[in-house]
Amino acid sequence: MMVLASVFDTISIQHYLVLSTILFVIGVFGVLTRKNAIILLMCIELMLSSVNLLLVAFSTYFGDVSGQLFVFFIMVVAAAEATVGLSILVLLYRNTRSVDVGLFNKLKG
Amino acid sequence: MNIETVFWILGALTIGSALMVILSTHPVRSILYLILTFFMISANYILMNAQFIAIVNIIVYAGAIMVLFLFVLMMLNLSQSNEPKSPIKMIAAAVIAGGSLLVVLVAAMRDSFVSASNIVSTTNQQGLVENLGKELFTTYVLPFEISSVLFISAIVGAVVLAKREKQIID
Repeated sequence: MMVLASVFDTISIQHYLVLSTILFVIGVFGVLTRKNAIILLMCIELMLSSVNLLLVAFSTYFGDVSGQLFVFFIMVVAAAEATVGLSILVLLYRNTRSVDVGLFNKLKG
Repeated sequence: MNIETVFWILGALTIGSALMVILSTHPVRSILYLILTFFMISANYILMNAQFIAIVNIIVYAGAIMVLFLFVLMMLNLSQSNEPKSPIKMIAAAVIAGGSLLVVLVAAMRDSFVSASNIVSTTNQQGLVENLGKELFTTYVLPFEISSVLFISAIVGAVVLAKREKQIID
């Protein structure tokens, strides 16, 4: 078996903390500024993915497998969330011919 | 090329493609950039010796979920960009909110002390499917079973929501 050098011998865990924080903030920024509901869902996926990155980083850092299994469960939840979110989006489009999230204001009645 | 260089290149590519996701006005381009971002994140996983998660990330995220997004986008025929612009006040508020979140989180994490006691026990084997499967089916077997219930409810919910009704209320 080829022995791979552990990445945390040369770079610190703080690098990955900052990287995944930046990815999370990009997702938050997208959710706050975009109006297209599909892109909103994609930004949520991006935020989940940044959390996954951080979990894997700590899992490797501490040599504990649990972090990678949490990533596994987050992927399960993300798949379910994307399915339900996209079907709500199809429903919105069918009723209003648009996927602008501002149209959910109509729910105020 | 040492690992640090690889990390900086990968990090720059990841952040760049993630930025293009929210900056490109065309939704299809946005989705393609998100797929690129997921590939970059998978490369980061491989860099951290998490091989199984890297492959699952490509198959599930870039393969299944993103194709679902593309499929919905093309089914609804939204490929032309007719998205209304956000007001400049909203963008400024988003920049301030996101920037302060970033500053606070980075400042809190920079001074945090992460204990380095267990690093020597890290092997390059722990991200492989044998290790993960053993842990998944012993310690985490209950969450694993519950996630199947979650999937069933998600499938039922999606079918019920997307089913065409007899009359469409405008």
